[in-house]
Amino acid sequence: MLVYVIRRVALALVTLLLLSLIIFAIANVLPQNVGRAILGPFAAPEAVAELNRQLGTDQPLVNQYLRLLKGIVTFDFGTSYQTGQPVRDVVTTTLVNSSKLAVLALLLTIPLGLVGGVFAALRKGRLADRVIVTLGLAGSAIPEFVTSTFLIFLLGLKLNVLPVLATWPEGSGVGTQIYYLLLPALSLVLVYFGYIARMARAGTISALESDYTRTATMKGMSRAAVLRRHVLRNALLPTISVIATQTGYLFGGLLAVELIFNVNGLGRLMVTAAKAKDLPVLSAGVLVIGVIYMVATLLADLLISWLNPRIRLGATS
Amino acid sequence: MTDSSEQSNRIPAALEVEDLKVDFLVRGIPRRVLRGVSFTVAPGESYGLVGESGCGKSTTAYAALGLLAENGRVAGGRAAIAGREVTSLSTEDLQKVRRDDVSMVYQDPGAALNPTLRIGVQVAECFTLLGASKAEAVERAYEALRRVRISDPRGVMERYPHQLSGGMQQRVVIAMALANDPKLLVLDEPTTGLDATVEAEVLDLVESLRADTGAAVLLIAHNLGVIRRMCDRVGVMYAGSVVEQGAAAEVFDNPSHPYTVGLLRALPRHGARKAHRRLETIPGFLPQIGEELPACVFVERCPLATEICRSTVPPVVEVGTGGGGFVRCHHTDRVPGLRAVAAASGDGSASGASGEPILQLRDVNVTFRQNRKEIHALVGIELDLRGGETLGLVGESGSGKTTLAKAILGIQPADPGSQVILDGTALEPSTKDRSQLARRAIQIVFQNPDSALNRGHSVRSILGRALAKLAGITGVDAEQHLDQLITHVRLTPRHLDLKPRQLSGGLKQRVAIGRAFAGGPRIVVCDEPTSALDVSVQAAILNLLADLQRNERSSYVFISHDLGVVRYLSDRIAVLYLGRLMEVGPAEVVFNGPHHPYTEALLSAVPSVDGAPESRIRLEGEVPSAANPPSGCVFQTRCPRKLGDICESTAPPLVEVEPGHQMACHIPIEQLRALQLAEPGAA
Ligand SMILES: Nc1ncnc2c1ncn2[C@@H]1O[C@H](COP(=O)(O)OP(=O)(O)OP(=O)(O)O)[C@@H](O)[C@H]1O
Ligand code: SF4
Ligand code: SF4
Ligand SMILES: [Mg+2]
Repeated sequence: MLVYVIRRVALALVTLLLLSLIIFAIANVLPQNVGRAILGPFAAPEAVAELNRQLGTDQPLVNQYLRLLKGIVTFDFGTSYQTGQPVRDVVTTTLVNSSKLAVLALLLTIPLGLVGGVFAALRKGRLADRVIVTLGLAGSAIPEFVTSTFLIFLLGLKLNVLPVLATWPEGSGVGTQIYYLLLPALSLVLVYFGYIARMARAGTISALESDYTRTATMKGMSRAAVLRRHVLRNALLPTISVIATQTGYLFGGLLAVELIFNVNGLGRLMVTAAKAKDLPVLSAGVLVIGVIYMVATLLADLLISWLNPRIRLGATS
Repeated sequence: MTDSSEQSNRIPAALEVEDLKVDFLVRGIPRRVLRGVSFTVAPGESYGLVGESGCGKSTTAYAALGLLAENGRVAGGRAAIAGREVTSLSTEDLQKVRRDDVSMVYQDPGAALNPTLRIGVQVAECFTLLGASKAEAVERAYEALRRVRISDPRGVMERYPHQLSGGMQQRVVIAMALANDPKLLVLDEPTTGLDATVEAEVLDLVESLRADTGAAVLLIAHNLGVIRRMCDRVGVMYAGSVVEQGAAAEVFDNPSHPYTVGLLRALPRHGARKAHRRLETIPGFLPQIGEELPACVFVERCPLATEICRSTVPPVVEVGTGGGGFVRCHHTDRVPGLRAVAAASGDGSASGASGEPILQLRDVNVTFRQNRKEIHALVGIELDLRGGETLGLVGESGSGKTTLAKAILGIQPADPGSQVILDGTALEPSTKDRSQLARRAIQIVFQNPDSALNRGHSVRSILGRALAKLAGITGVDAEQHLDQLITHVRLTPRHLDLKPRQLSGGLKQRVAIGRAFAGGPRIVVCDEPTSALDVSVQAAILNLLADLQRNERSSYVFISHDLGVVRYLSDRIAVLYLGRLMEVGPAEVVFNGPHHPYTEALLSAVPSVDGAPESRIRLEGEVPSAANPPSGCVFQTRCPRKLGDICESTAPPLVEVEPGHQMACHIPIEQLRALQLAEPGAA
């Protein structure tokens, strides 16, 4: 197990390094003249040169990359071109807001997806199964902005039960914040419910049809005990990795929802940063999302290996 | 209806199945799979069900336990376990019956255990369900594991299923099955995935535990030898009904139904050899599920069929001396004639093996490296293969049979210094370095034809490509060669446009054989080519291989765990243990003895359909790890005839003990002969 953990963490670090290279390539190498790219074709050459000096983009590439790495380790990306604020502060504020939204969405989606998937599996082929499967498919096939608009229309305008903008008053408590975030969170739930439910359903069906489940049934266990003791653990192993992947996607995919509901989050930050060619903010944002994705999959793999004795005990073949 | 003993009128039968009909819903249409199955298993009796794959054996068992798949339903008839009507019980009562009265063991013990729970937890669970406290349950789990003679029960309880060998897993499953002291134990192919030696141990175990507990047994197995050995009575199933039933000895020695006769005739038994006779096959196929059947279900394939068989349901005719024996057939009087014909047929053509070796293996070693440890999969193999000869490879799983086949083919290159010599020229170890000619000369047929056949292609394109690639035949010539090729492997032109998934297992294997023979190979390696097939299909494939060999003069390296099959096809046999050769010799000599102690144990493990007296030689324990082989003779840890220190200190060399017969053992051959004569049984 220890060997596995070390190997897995090492892999994560290598991925991080690769990610930094990619960010570096996008931000510092591809636009050959960064200053020019930012200031536009009509700026005076002196201004461009001055900006390049400030940004350090006139330095050799190796130095620039080392600076980026140092930035990653110390979480220091300089200042935003747009606002002049430290990138760290900008990113942290929005990250906190995004995380609130994401966590709320996950807290709703995971139990719903798991319960929905398992329930569908138990009712395989019957009405409840079909409804859940169709709902999930529709949810993940329809783009966020459509589901969001639909929810705004239904819950926000028609029934008027939830605020349509996630801009809670300054200093609100947790409850109020959740209240304001519920609508955007629900649109995310609609999108991600399908993925999780589908995996949970498939995992449960194959566990239900397995010989060990039949063995348990033949021991004379009640169906509920069979499910609890034998089916669920095996059924949900593959779902865990889907959840982890979804967590990553969720952060990457917050963009549309944040724009629609006016959440001051990471997605929205990155859109504005991209528009303003605010490279430090943009690279920090990409990095943060990449790290979240990596940590989520890392945790999932570790959890799976811990739950699955085959990996934990290092089966040889 | 078949109740014979007066006793069972008082104590309810362990299992009573009466006119059971089962349908499976396929694409919304109910398809009949069981067409009125009836039989009774008396308390303490052991009853066997045999029949070709798909005839409904497992379905019968599952229906009787209320375990039918989602889309299955009982459409008529009844099943009762220990007097309780399973077919009409409430869920709770059914749970109670399962908890108290009946247990089940399946084919794949690895799948029957929950991969994420420790063995101890899984076994103890049976006892908590029966009302034991946690601590009590753990103690009783330990006892249960001891009872199935697993070594180190405490250690095993701490382990997970994947950390046990197949034989140990099956013992755990049996321990759980016996936890409730069942009145009925249902075993569905319990030893099919296991080695013959492990199979023998597991069967011994079931037999002795049955004697202890008095449980009745319903045993399903496609291996007729296993049924003969284990069962008092047997039912022969065909297309969802029992066509013959009777005492095991009577059914196998004096079959009364044409189908039973066909099954038995398809087996290579009584030491049958390819040179003496062709195997009989049952023409045609099992009907599809749900198909409308004529009055007699077997009529399409029956050599005795007449008009009446189509129009009138055959009567149940009582046969046998024990009572309860019956057969469903109009023409039972003519069945003895069928048996006689079987004995007389045969073509007697001699084997065409010639003296010149075409393949020579010299000091072939294969070493795998894993976690910085060296695993010696093959050690110093020296073998010759002559033209037109079949060399049989036998040995338990893990003995290196497949690795040797792969080394010959170059799929698994042998270590440096090893020599694979074809027609006097040493071959490169790896296939990719070999010349086109050398690659063409050695071909392989796998156990699972699916892995060898491209699913997206038609038979025509599979064989056409093989002709182009292996024989360089394209264009107009190809068409003619293709016709020849399919005639050789007994396919018809109408098969050419089908895809593999549209073919049965036997037909697929013919295509795979056709592919291997496309380039006129010198040597064909057959790795368990018939293990996935029914006996009648197996017989057809073995006949085909024998014919092709006679006509094409190709040589075979033939691997099978079925010793009857190996004996039928092989001219010489090589016995492997832990990657070393234990014995090499002409097939008859190796089978008739005197044999190496390991060969002796292998042979005595095989249950015979002829009910030959069994020898009591059993191999104890597991095959040692190849990463850490025993000192001296590698067989020393399990050898029933071990001499003593010399076996532990010195590895016996492989020496010629008789002309053409090599052996690696410290016991002189004359002494082996005397020992084995004194304690006969094996051959
Ligand atoms: N759930 C199912 N749905 C549809 N058909 C099924 C189902 N289960 C089994 N069958 C079909 O019913 C027939 C009988 O199957 P069964 O498994 O009982 O055969 P068997 O005698 O046990 O064969 P084997 O020796 O291969 O185990 C086969 O044709 C099989 O394909
Ligand atoms: S009833 Fe007729 S077809 Fe059926 S097994 Fe007997 S002889 Fe053959
Ligand atoms: S050498 Fe000894 S241990 Fe090895 S097979 Fe012969 S008697 Fe048995
Ligand atoms: Mg079966």
